Amino acid sequence: MIKKILIILFFSFNANSALEVTIAQGKVEPTPIAITQIFGADSDTARYGNTLRLIISNNLTNSGLFYTVNEDLYIQSDNLVEKVPRFEDWKLIKAQFLLSADVSKTDKGIRLRMRLYDVFNAKEIEKLQLTIPDENLIRRVGHTVSDIVYERITGETGYFDTRIVYVSEIGPLDQRVKRLAIMDQDGHLDSHQFLTDGKNMVLTPRFAPNKQLITYMEYKNNLPRVYIYNLKTGEREIVGDFPGMTFAPRFSPDSQSVVMSFSDPNNAANSEIYLMDLNTRSRSRLTNDSGIDTSPSFSPDGEKIVFNSDRGGSPQLFIMDKNGDNIKRISKGKGVYGNPVWSPRGDLIAFTKLTQGNFHIGVMDVNGNNERVIVRDFALESPAWSPNGRYLIFHRQKRSNLDGTGGEVTIHFIDITGYNERVIPTPRDGSDPAWSPLL
Amino acid sequence: MLIVAGFFLASCAATKTEQGGDSDAASASTTSSSGGEITAGTQEDLIVNVGDRVFFEFDSSELTVDAQATLDAQAAWLMQYPDTNITVEGHADERGTREYNLALGDKRAFSVYSYLAQAGIDTNRMEYVSWGKERPEVIGSDETAYSQNRRGVTLVSN
Repeated sequence: MIKKILIILFFSFNANSALEVTIAQGKVEPTPIAITQIFGADSDTARYGNTLRLIISNNLTNSGLFYTVNEDLYIQSDNLVEKVPRFEDWKLIKAQFLLSADVSKTDKGIRLRMRLYDVFNAKEIEKLQLTIPDENLIRRVGHTVSDIVYERITGETGYFDTRIVYVSEIGPLDQRVKRLAIMDQDGHLDSHQFLTDGKNMVLTPRFAPNKQLITYMEYKNNLPRVYIYNLKTGEREIVGDFPGMTFAPRFSPDSQSVVMSFSDPNNAANSEIYLMDLNTRSRSRLTNDSGIDTSPSFSPDGEKIVFNSDRGGSPQLFIMDKNGDNIKRISKGKGVYGNPVWSPRGDLIAFTKLTQGNFHIGVMDVNGNNERVIVRDFALESPAWSPNGRYLIFHRQKRSNLDGTGGEVTIHFIDITGYNERVIPTPRDGSDPAWSPLL
Repeated sequence: MLIVAGFFLASCAATKTEQGGDSDAASASTTSSSGGEITAGTQEDLIVNVGDRVFFEFDSSELTVDAQATLDAQAAWLMQYPDTNITVEGHADERGTREYNLALGDKRAFSVYSYLAQAGIDTNRMEYVSWGKERPEVIGSDETAYSQNRRGVTLVSN
């Protein structure tokens, strides 16, 4: 399915050289990196160091583009922040890159110093010093350092200092309790937090591209409506309080508007796509068709919207201008399409497709060409892009049985090449994941 | 317009008791209860003596002939109890995306709502809401469950 392709990972250090990595069958050979102990002079800083090393190592490994060379093999055991490494020692154990760091307490807080070395070229390619006021920010420091390493070595934008909002699920499948929850992108339990209490069902949360806001749907007083949750204040606000269901919300790229479906009682409750200006609270109707129009998603330049419609008989994917003009069908394959999401790079659209009894998550070019399936299973839904456009998260649900068993639903991460799928752990079941922009 | 009280869970539980194990809820609508302590004009009365629900074909919000017969009976029943208000719920099976199924559930609920309105029931007595695929009646990943879950349910709300 995936042909042998070649990608080039750029380095941006002095020599301006580039590393070519061959991807056979879409699978990247992970780059070996050594990460020394992150040194601390006392028990607190040593503990921070251990935490940071684990976060950085896990992040880089989970990306699928790196692996951490086993610590037991390290020949040199010094702190290499202030001392030039013996590159030969690191070459011998086939580490291409070397990260060393230390943590200390200063009068301004906790200070991290980091050095990243290119072992084969025997030079420093990145250095960093940052100070945080207290240990509550340790996890973010770990993610930030991971981003810097990832960006420096791959040339792609990082994605580690980000969060995932999702729907936490518990209880019988016919009386499911669903709560909004948020966590770091690695799903670490220390970062996990519930945002709603489970009294009302909540669905389909999505981040604003450049504000600390989430738009989602909630059944408050059993009225299904689109809301905005403010992550700074914890306040919830309805988006357009009028008769009829609003759902399937997503922010515009400037975070000033929400595009969503509205089922107008005066239009036979048929779902049309509307744009709601969050400043003026005026709404404009973008579609007008007797079929269902839903799941709108803006292109990152804000000029186009991809959406799901059954106007041709079965649910398919369509693109229109931001004002609703020039509607064109883009899905070409057999099956029932849904959940289109425009990539933050602008080049691809992720989607779900139901065909031959299975759901598929795939990507296609924005004109519908080059459709390719990334993952297939009985029930897959809600693809969402990493902010750098290289990965997808989605949920996978098992079959359920008449006796009430089964139906477990979990959040997964996958490289769009179809490799490196892994579960993002959640304390309960999880669905409808959405990724924040870089913090 | 849509003011739905917190009836859903209670009604749902009551519905389950009545419907438990019944493989064809629609045909149960004409059957009278044998035991007989049912209060007229209640949800239980509607379930046992009229039929509280209609079923839809896959990806359709059109009312079948059977569905229309059930709704005719519901309309007559609602005429008989003019102080009774209802909420119509529209539901979908799990074989579609959450958002598409919310839309489909709303169209189904509206189909029932507007049929009852055309049959003469005052719209001030009726509300409707979509639950998409979020509240299945029957748990299970097969057509038996799906056919029971593609439904419009009439709930007495007072």
